Amino acid sequence: MTGLMQEISNRALKLGVPLSVHLDLTYRCNERCVHCYLDHEDHGEMTTAEIKNLLDQLAKAGVFFLTLSGGEIMLRKDFFEILEHARALLFSVKLKTNAILIREKEAKRLRSLGVHSIQISIYSHRPEVHDAITKIRGSLQRSVKAIRFLKSQGLNVTIANALMLQNIGDYPGVKALGDDLGVGVTMDPTITPKMDGDRSLLGLGLTHSELVKVFRDESLVGKVEEFCAPPPKVTDDDLDGLPCSAGHTACYVSPYGDVYPCVQFPLPVGNVRKSKFLDIWRHSPQLNDVRSIKLRDMPACSECAHGGTCTRCPGLAYMEGNMRGPSSQDCEKSFARTGIPSANMLSKKSSLAGLVQIQSLQAAVSNA
Amino acid sequence: MSEKRYIARSSEIAARKLGGEMVIMSAGDSRVFSLNEVATAIWEAADGRTPLDEIIANRVCAEFDVAPQVALEDAEKLVQELASQGILLVSDQPIMRSYFSLRETS
Repeated sequence: MTGLMQEISNRALKLGVPLSVHLDLTYRCNERCVHCYLDHEDHGEMTTAEIKNLLDQLAKAGVFFLTLSGGEIMLRKDFFEILEHARALLFSVKLKTNAILIREKEAKRLRSLGVHSIQISIYSHRPEVHDAITKIRGSLQRSVKAIRFLKSQGLNVTIANALMLQNIGDYPGVKALGDDLGVGVTMDPTITPKMDGDRSLLGLGLTHSELVKVFRDESLVGKVEEFCAPPPKVTDDDLDGLPCSAGHTACYVSPYGDVYPCVQFPLPVGNVRKSKFLDIWRHSPQLNDVRSIKLRDMPACSECAHGGTCTRCPGLAYMEGNMRGPSSQDCEKSFARTGIPSANMLSKKSSLAGLVQIQSLQAAVSNA
Repeated sequence: MSEKRYIARSSEIAARKLGGEMVIMSAGDSRVFSLNEVATAIWEAADGRTPLDEIIANRVCAEFDVAPQVALEDAEKLVQELASQGILLVSDQPIMRSYFSLRETS
């Protein structure tokens, strides 16, 4: 973050302004990605009028960065009407899409509307891998074609490459594809449980040894010795700092008007169909509870060597059962990065040591 | 100054008022600008139809304790700077509004 952006973010925090909002326009999708955490049925999406009204409220509340995502945003027939309204309200708009419905005409329209950036999910440079993940034959070819249309319009495009068991060997190829297309590539090994709490998707996540390998790839992390260095001593600033922007300067709104601290933090804090957005933002007891979370108050994490550098996601921790507790995926990342286990991992290990060990029948008999 | 000058906000930007000061981001290259209160008042009044000297008289001198000539000279510098960054349009003719207008949000 640049100095000025950091200053703006600090100002928003001080003023209690929701600087960034992620709005999912729909959960419907034209792909069926194996790792997706959403229920793609339409359970009563907000209407065009409801979304426009919400955007008016968000602008009044001071929201500057607006991410429109889904599901697949282009499946909404009123997508461009919504986007026009958003840009007329001068939001900085980022789109997240699979882009398979974007052709030259749509690319031109996005350019004319002054969209800030477009993030497109690409899982592999090989159709047989990408299409197996999306479960749509030809999807890689269509997404790549769309990227070319968007780039020809001078738009700022980024490839998002979710890393999982199915595609872990392909990220160098995705990076090369990004270079060829002239777009940046971001990679993320985080797999999110389903919104209903089903954690089976986590089985698609990278193993420890794969994470270690990724974190030691210089082409991804830069200077490995710096990236994987042992964590510095935890300071008072770390202990009193904010875990992330969720609920502080950012929040998430679902297609049904439900408000959450973040797209990855399914704690309902209100619904814009029942209350004004600003009332929810300012007065929701749940949001205020999220805002009170500090590292100092967390039983396990406050004692952890990684306290100052951990990417702990309070939403993932919430999905594990306690938003003030550790997020095991982030413990794993810290461990894979530095080789130093987290306090959470150590406490699990010591609690396991006290359990009765399972012995083979033969050993049990000979001990008797 | 003899001829009128008109200013209008570019449609290629995002903008929001934060604590009385305008934050602007250029869509093309993501550069971020933060305007102080006086510059924000000029920016908000940049509708393409109101001459700059009228904006200065009605929005700046009326609201801030500053002499008209000094305010106009400072405003000229600001306008040139913002125009060179591509976030403000300047013309000696009224500027037709593009699709976007800065809607009242506060």
